[in-house]
Amino acid sequence: MSAADSTTAPTKADIVPPPPPSALTTLHLMVEGRPATVAALAVIALFVLLGVFAPLIAPHDPLTQSVLNVNQAPSAEHLLGTDQFGRDLLSRLIHGSRNSLIFGFVSPFLAALIGTTLGVTAGFFGGFVDRVISRIIDLLLAFPELLLAILIAAALGGGFWNVVAVLTIAYTPGFARVARASTLAVKEEPYIEAAIAIGVRRPLMIIRHVIPNIAAPVVVLMALWAGSAIRLEASLSFLGIGTQPPNPSWGNIIRDGLNNLFGSPWPVIGAGFLITLVVLSFNLIGDALRDALDPDTKT
Amino acid sequence: MTRYIFLRLVDAVPTVLLVLTLVFVAMRILPGDPAVAALGDLATVEQLESFRERMGLNEPLWVQYFTFLGNALTLDFGQSMMTGSEVVDLIAYNLPYTIELTIASVVLGVVFGIPFGIWAATNANQSPDAALRGFSLIGYSIPDFYLGAVLLVVFSLNLGLFPISGGGEGFVDRMHHVFLPALALAFIKAAFLGRLTRAALLEVLGKDYVRTARAKGASERRTIYRHGLRNALLPLTTGLGLTTLAALSGSVAVEMVFNRPGIGKLLISAIAERDYAVIQAGVTVFALFVVAINVLMDLVYAIVDPRIRTK
Repeated sequence: MSAADSTTAPTKADIVPPPPPSALTTLHLMVEGRPATVAALAVIALFVLLGVFAPLIAPHDPLTQSVLNVNQAPSAEHLLGTDQFGRDLLSRLIHGSRNSLIFGFVSPFLAALIGTTLGVTAGFFGGFVDRVISRIIDLLLAFPELLLAILIAAALGGGFWNVVAVLTIAYTPGFARVARASTLAVKEEPYIEAAIAIGVRRPLMIIRHVIPNIAAPVVVLMALWAGSAIRLEASLSFLGIGTQPPNPSWGNIIRDGLNNLFGSPWPVIGAGFLITLVVLSFNLIGDALRDALDPDTKT
Repeated sequence: MTRYIFLRLVDAVPTVLLVLTLVFVAMRILPGDPAVAALGDLATVEQLESFRERMGLNEPLWVQYFTFLGNALTLDFGQSMMTGSEVVDLIAYNLPYTIELTIASVVLGVVFGIPFGIWAATNANQSPDAALRGFSLIGYSIPDFYLGAVLLVVFSLNLGLFPISGGGEGFVDRMHHVFLPALALAFIKAAFLGRLTRAALLEVLGKDYVRTARAKGASERRTIYRHGLRNALLPLTTGLGLTTLAALSGSVAVEMVFNRPGIGKLLISAIAERDYAVIQAGVTVFALFVVAINVLMDLVYAIVDPRIRTK
């Protein structure tokens, strides 16, 4: 095709939308003039490192009990003191960051994967499939995530994989709804019409044209719900149907601490502060990511 | 209006059926053998067999399903395996405390959140707006059970201003007992409703009819409350429904913190004791609660916006 032709025929740029901003551009948009986002990213990075290297960083074993050292106030040996079983609180909080943070990454990711698949399928194919999927999504969405999680956990019980399953089921309908709505909008775009006109097969169309164009709201939702998932896991562990003792998670440290408030208030204060700090950081990052990727929905 | 209410109630029937079916599936199929789950690994074959007989677990699945539906609809949930008392009595004792807590927390959330939102919207991009932003960021991040624990330590244990546990007797005492738990739940509600009121009001205040009201000389007060807030009510109603549902789910952990009677505490204790009949009833009650709140919110929509009921 010569250069002269391209002035008359629609160019590629008319049909193909501008590519979504690259990861680097997005990051730049997120932190530019927003010191709070930088601080939030630093906090999350710090806790990810603490979680990954917990066994190397923690001064003591988080499970070792010591009858002689119960309910100690902070000291040089135990920087944040000990709990009612004589376990080192600092070490438990550091190991707890591993057990708490992982849910913020794993569950929203799995829920996004399943929810997007369901939502795109419903939105793209429509008809009976759409009616069945939408009805189930609507029903599940009527339940707040925490209540849904408690109801499922009531049947499944606690433990790592059960909590992952519970949180994933709780967040899947939200992703499905967003993915379905975005797919319906994308389906009307000229580039889809063009793809149909040149005979692109539907699976390829979904992968090449639909998924990249609905990715932004899904990614934003993942970031916003990372904090929510950590809070939910904390609630479940606090209720005794999440991470099972003696493994520490911030939620079950508060549970143990509440039974021992007169012995030492530090476990409740420390773990509660860390949950708030990490969830706050994830919320700030989610807000910044939304403003960078999805300026229309800015509130 | 009667027709609208009737249609909405009929529409809720399949939802209730679907919810009950999900509860049945979750309780019968997911946890393996309910008899073993209930009695533990040490139970003898005879004990397991008599348990299955008593709970009707030897019947074919479809018979169990219809028995369950029939029992649920007639509020017959059997007996608690721990205490032997009728489950429906346990529910009847605990339910008012949960309703009380839910309503109290929503009221507190509305009383703090909506004026805060109006204040922020009428002073957009000034310090009240920034204050709301900061407040809602913290409100969204702090877990309600942690906030509850802090309130309990400060106001009940240290200052002795509020009771440490229980639900109270008589109206004044009950309100005294419900205040701190409701406050713990209300924090996030005030943050949510504040943000929502601000956004809804700002949108409405930019509309032509608000400019018209100002142009014809309506006072600022009348413009904001009669023309602005009145039209911002619909998104607020949605927010109120979501907030009530969130209060219901938050009540579970808060009831545990304050050692308060309620459906949440009943359910969590039943899970710990593997009290099968109580778990099933608690889950059903929560699920029906959710359906009921959703139906109620649809009715409120119809009152707030007459256009909906004529559709």
